[in-house]
This record gives sequence, C-alpha cells and structure tokens, in this order.
Amino acid sequence: MWDWSFVLEILPVLAHAAIISIEATLIGFVLAATLGLVLALARIAFPSTALPISVLVELIRSTPLLIQIFFLYFVFPSFGVTLDAFTAGVLALGIHYAAYCSEVYRSGFDNIHRGQWEACTALNLSSWTTFRDIIIPQAIPPIVPALGNYLVALFKETPLLSAIAVLELMQTAKIIGSETFRYTEPITLVGVFFLAMSLVSATLIRAVERLLNRRPAR
Amino acid sequence: MGIRTLIVMLVASLLVIAILATQPAYSLFLPQLLEGALLTAQITVLGALLAVVMGVLAALGKLYGPAPVRWLANIYIEIFRGTSALVQLFWLFFVLPQFGISLEAYTVAVLALGLNIGAYGAECARGAITSVARGQWEAATALNMTRGQMLRRIILPQAFVAMIPPWGNLFIELLKSTALVSLITLSDLAFKAQEMNQTTMKTIPIFTLVLVIYLAMSLVITIGMRYLEGRASRGLARGRTV
Repeated sequence: MWDWSFVLEILPVLAHAAIISIEATLIGFVLAATLGLVLALARIAFPSTALPISVLVELIRSTPLLIQIFFLYFVFPSFGVTLDAFTAGVLALGIHYAAYCSEVYRSGFDNIHRGQWEACTALNLSSWTTFRDIIIPQAIPPIVPALGNYLVALFKETPLLSAIAVLELMQTAKIIGSETFRYTEPITLVGVFFLAMSLVSATLIRAVERLLNRRPAR
Repeated sequence: MGIRTLIVMLVASLLVIAILATQPAYSLFLPQLLEGALLTAQITVLGALLAVVMGVLAALGKLYGPAPVRWLANIYIEIFRGTSALVQLFWLFFVLPQFGISLEAYTVAVLALGLNIGAYGAECARGAITSVARGQWEAATALNMTRGQMLRRIILPQAFVAMIPPWGNLFIELLKSTALVSLITLSDLAFKAQEMNQTTMKTIPIFTLVLVIYLAMSLVITIGMRYLEGRASRGLARGRTV
C-alpha cells in the first residue's frame, strides 16, 4: 500500500516542484501586499474612488480564484495580452489577494486615532510625510498577523495553478500519479508538505504577534 | 459595504445576465452554464450544511469534550485548515479508492468542501461560544440547569447570533471553492465553462457570463446572511439591524 522506496524516488522531483510553489507564493504575495496598499491609499487620498474601489474589491472577492486564473490565461490573449501560465497564475493570485489585503490595510488605517491626522495637519506636514512617518508606522504593525494569515492562505491556493498546467507541486504529483498509477504517495506527500508548512508558518505568525504586542501601548 | 449597495449590485448583475441573454453570441451558452450553476448551488448548500454540523461539533468537542475528543477535534481542525482544499479533494478522489473506499465524485465534493469549511467554521463557532458573557453561565448554574441544558437553551442560541457574520464569509469561500470540483470531473459551472471554451473557443462571452453568475450567487449569500443577522439580533443589544 505505502511504498517507502517509491517515496524516496519521487521526493527529489516533488522537492523541486515545491520550489516553484514557494516562488509563486512569494511573488504573488509581494504583488498582493503592494497592490492592496495602493488600493487602500487611493481610497484615502481620493475619496471619489472609494465606491469604485469597494465595488472592484467586492467583485474580486466574490468570484472564484480558479475562474480568475482561467480569465487571465484564456481571455486575455483575445485582448492581445498573452501571458505564460506561471505569469498568469501568479498575477491572478496577486490580484485576488490584493483585494483581501486592501481591506486589511483599510482596517489598519481606520484604527489610527483621528487626533494623529489632526496633529499632522497642525504641524503642517505634507500628506506624503504624514503617511510615511506617522500613519504607516502605526498602522502596519497591528495588521501584520492578518497579512500573515493571507500569506498562508495564498500559499494554500497555489495548487490551483495546476489547472493551467504550471509545474508546481500538485501538477507534478498528478503527473507522477498518471505515469505510475500510484496516487497514494505523491498526493499524500503534497498534503503532508502543506500541513507542515502551514503549521510552521502559524507558529511564526504567533511569534511575530507576540513580538509586536510587546511594543509600548499606543 | 451597505446592504443597499449590495442589493444594487445584485440587481445590476442580474440585469447584465438578462441583457446578455438577448445577444445570440451569449444566449448560446446560457442554458448549459445555468445547468452547471445548479450543480454549483447544490454542492454549496449540501457542503454548507455539513460544514455547520462539523463546525459546531468540533468546536464543542474542542471546548468541552473529554481529552480524546478534544484531540480528535484538534487533529481534524489542523489537518483540514492546514492543507489545501484541492489537495483534500484529490486525496479523497484518487487516494481513498486505493484503500478500498470508492466514493462518487459528487459525494467527494460535498465531503471535502464541507469538512474543509467546517474546520474553519469550528474556530468561528469556538470564538462565538466563548464570547457569551460569563454571567450567562453563572445564571444558568444558579437555576440548577444541567450542562446540556445550559448549552442548548442559554449559550448556543446567543453564540449563534455572533456566529452569523463569520459564517457568511465562510459560505462565500465555500461557493468559490466549489469551482475546484470541476477538476474532479463534476460538471459544475466552472467545468461547463472550460468544456465549452475548449470546443467553441468563444472565451470572452463564456467567462464573462461565468463571472457574473458567480457574483450574483455570492451576492445572494451575502444579502441573505445580512438579513439573517438582522433578524437574529432582534431583541439583543448587539449586531446590526437591516
């Protein structure tokens, strides 16, 4: 039933594929964190964009990521934008999670005391300085755990890229399965890998949370 | 987002579907897609029922069960939250038969998604149960209720109200993750879309319709849960009113 020598045989192949999964996670999350911040800042800087942005966020959050991946991969070529599978997948991951992250940033900004904004105005700080030196340093630390949770969530969505044949962990496991007719070991190993990674990152997030909570109370 | 905006968005998305249905390039695909959407809705509803049952049971087990039940609940929650929904689907679909248990794709879909969302729901339910004020337990003890009575009559009805908003988010997650069942051969909305895309190559109409249909379905869930939230919190000094 469970063949350890087969496990040893496929382990290097899966390990190589895991690197692709991790790459997709990191690039996707950098995209999500940056784009999310841009969306959240745009809402504050230009109040007239608040409604279109919240409709956009709602649209992205309420349609499946799989369909968005298909949309980028299959529909964009008809607009003349052809993306390779990895780029389309990572872009979809990034945009999808940017919608979630922008809400997290917004909650961070909403939690800044009004007096902080007023003090900045009183001190005649430019809006750039206000954001860079006063608002962001106070707004970001409390939301790091929430962002961390989305990093883990994004990591767990990377198997979706297998649907457009990106050679990440899941796709590699499926290929091994269809070549050898042994699905037990590859798919179980993928599951164990994800479980291990999520448990490790959950511990890391808790550690970061504790570290941030030690900062002096505002 | 306010409930009015949500209703406007739902009406707008239904209008878009209705307008597109009059266009021959789009109406061609609509019957098939709606058939797929029906399967998506079925899996969502059944998965949601399973998720609620599993979530509440796991939360109660984790909070009040004897040690073995507590471990079992913890293992269930960690495994299903720790691995991807897609990996769980594939595991039940491809690996379980090798242990002699063959399930239909439909059963696998409901089981995997229900158990997955249930594990997240367990944490919501646990939070809601522990958020019920201590005084409620003390009052129930003072009235000489048994533990079962306290939970059933006093604690769970109040925890239920606090559970509605996070469960609403989870149901949306569930609806979206049903798109994964297309990868284990079930002909849901996403499957129909891909199938027709491969045969006709009419990518734009197909995927536009699919996105709008998913949007409408998740708006129905959001609005429904908001309504439920308003109804359930009547007479309580918490929650928002519609």
